[in-house]
Amino acid sequence: MVTLDRFRETYLNECAELLADMEGRLVAINVQSADVGELNAIFRCAHSIKGGAGAFGFHKTIAFTHRLETLLDKLRDGRLPVTDEAVTALIKSVDVTTAILKAESQGEAIPEDFGADLAQELDKLCGTEGQVIANPGLVEKSEGERKRETYKINFAPHDNIFMTGNDPLLILRELGKLGDMHVALHDERLPQLPNLNYGQCYLSWTIELTTDKGEAAIGEAFEFVADECDLKIEKIEKAVQDDVPRQTMNRRASDAIDANLAVTSIRVDLEKVDRLVNMVGELVITQAMLQVQTRHLSVEQFPELLRGVDELSQHMRELQEAVMSVRMQPVKSVFSRMPRIVRDIAHQLGKDIALVMTGEATEVDKTIIELLADPLTHMIRNAADHGIERPEVRLAAGKSAQGTVHLKASHQSGQIVIEVSDDGAGLSHEKILQKARQKGLIAADAALSVDQIEQLIFLPGFSTSDQVSNISGRGVGMDVVKKNIESIGGTIQVRSEFGKSTSMTIILPLTLAILDGMIVRVGAENYIIPITSIIETLRPKPGAVHAVPDGQDVLNVRGEFIPIVYLHAVFGVANAVHDPAQALVVLVEAGSHKLGVVVDELLGQQQVVIKSLEANADPVAGISGATILGDGKVSLILDIGGVNGILDREDANHLLREAS
Amino acid sequence: MAKTVLTVDDSKTMREMVSFTLKQAGYNVLEAEDGKIGLGVMALNSIDVIITDLNMPNLDGIGLIRAARADAKYKFTPILMLTTEGDATKKQDGKAAGATGWIVKPFNPEKLIEVMKKVCP
Repeated sequence: MVTLDRFRETYLNECAELLADMEGRLVAINVQSADVGELNAIFRCAHSIKGGAGAFGFHKTIAFTHRLETLLDKLRDGRLPVTDEAVTALIKSVDVTTAILKAESQGEAIPEDFGADLAQELDKLCGTEGQVIANPGLVEKSEGERKRETYKINFAPHDNIFMTGNDPLLILRELGKLGDMHVALHDERLPQLPNLNYGQCYLSWTIELTTDKGEAAIGEAFEFVADECDLKIEKIEKAVQDDVPRQTMNRRASDAIDANLAVTSIRVDLEKVDRLVNMVGELVITQAMLQVQTRHLSVEQFPELLRGVDELSQHMRELQEAVMSVRMQPVKSVFSRMPRIVRDIAHQLGKDIALVMTGEATEVDKTIIELLADPLTHMIRNAADHGIERPEVRLAAGKSAQGTVHLKASHQSGQIVIEVSDDGAGLSHEKILQKARQKGLIAADAALSVDQIEQLIFLPGFSTSDQVSNISGRGVGMDVVKKNIESIGGTIQVRSEFGKSTSMTIILPLTLAILDGMIVRVGAENYIIPITSIIETLRPKPGAVHAVPDGQDVLNVRGEFIPIVYLHAVFGVANAVHDPAQALVVLVEAGSHKLGVVVDELLGQQQVVIKSLEANADPVAGISGATILGDGKVSLILDIGGVNGILDREDANHLLREAS
Repeated sequence: MAKTVLTVDDSKTMREMVSFTLKQAGYNVLEAEDGKIGLGVMALNSIDVIITDLNMPNLDGIGLIRAARADAKYKFTPILMLTTEGDATKKQDGKAAGATGWIVKPFNPEKLIEVMKKVCP
């Protein structure tokens, strides 16, 4: 046996994709009018997994996927009806296959009865319950024991059989391996030598073959020449022949497109891509350094050098974009898990829920996609479990019996926006307040704005569900979701209309590795403000800054009062300009709020490579990371949300002070 | 003398798997990543069996088979195409162009050797 262990990784990756594909298609199946093309595609997934498993000796995988294949085969050619039970069993099978595959690939022992219930269920659906499946991996060859039979075979190759590189002699040899054979040659058509056309076949044969391998094995010998010969195979003695009707499959055009796509892509280790991204990051720093060093050179003296540096920076930007795009993946890989979750919840709770997904092709950095999976799953669970009501409740409220959960992804000005909305019960402000008071999260008489009330659901230990169900009540609250999202530089907002809808919006950066930054100076320190969060920069007129009674300074920008924060005060920088009218105010957007950041001056715009501080320092509020500037100096990157949080905390302190 | 096989496929994994399997079985193996390169390799070498993918950039498998059959050197050489199961149309197109037979994906080493022995013992 040839060992193909080196291709294991490739196979396992492929399986993961096939299983995800299978699950997605299964969940989408409409039981009433199942599409043959879809069933074929699902069948091929199971078939491919089984096919590859043989190469690596994963016998349990073969045995289990064989059951899947048998059932799917019967479903696709209509021998069994597509039922809800069958689809549910198949969906469960995806999990079992995943588990078996994982265990076998890691050489772990699998209990004999693992997945036995499901296997039994599949057999029951197939109508093969209690039958022993003999050597399923080689099912084509050994469909039970066969009797020794004698066949008469008329084999008359067409004139052109050699033109396809086939050779009747080789076929006769193949047949000879199957059993005892007597061959009679018919050479009547053979012309005289001068008339012999080189490359044309004039011969035919009648063969008597006695074998226990069955007719299928004989047919296999002629597999490649079926269209290049007249062939008649009949059993001698018994003239009865089962004509096996050939299933013709309705192939869809999209299959061909899929095949084309597969051929134009390659698999690359994520590690290699990361190394590439890192190297490009280092290059960006080097390039920035070169640019700074050459800034004071005169064009007359060094025209070539300066042009080169210019071109370098342009190419760097393109290289960076190209490399980053390698890491980009459609959010589909996360979205595709959601239908299953919604389906399971709907099943379990007797709800009718439609999941609508849009923007699945939106591309995001792979790391972000991975980190997005858990929070998103939680939000979808929440929407389906707590959001959407039971059909009778919905009907009583004058809504349609079917609830809708909408999952949407889109790009908005260099960021990715993911929205989970449902047309369910909405958030009850009363309940939230009641709960918050009960848990002592707010003072009994605190007066909160609608925004503030809705923000309460993100507090640790908060859950408003009357009953904790076994679906989303797992002790993980929205506070964890919020923390997860914020840990990858995102923000989350909630909007709800009681009785009508809830919508959660996540805003995320496209990548975690590089950002466009504005370098600002405060005293002797440089800081980076992410360009995406900057709205405008202005120097306020004297008197435009007002102090509100709680001590917070606000800036009047065309009639809008925006809180301002002094960076020198936040980070304790000496020798900075204190008077905003002498300094600059950078207006930034932090979540749903605007904020004015007071800095001494703007030094310029630059792409910066984000270096995480976490490995070397504890998290610092208001700082998301560091970078190395062109002159080799380390500069801190501002986390606008965090700076805003510093303000909020002051707000909260005020609130508490007032409440007590 | 060991037989020489050319595997033409734009998927590196596929080429490597075919190549590895055949080398283990004692064949000489040459690789090409599309039909055009394949024809070049064929012109420079003496190939006993060609295994080709069908969907490829530059020159696809069908084009490669046609070109081979038009060349006296490869008129009768066994050419196997790699197809997905049930792709009857592709199989027919390939046969019409002059393919000898096919190997069904997903890749199965035993099956490959079996088919190789069938067309080129």
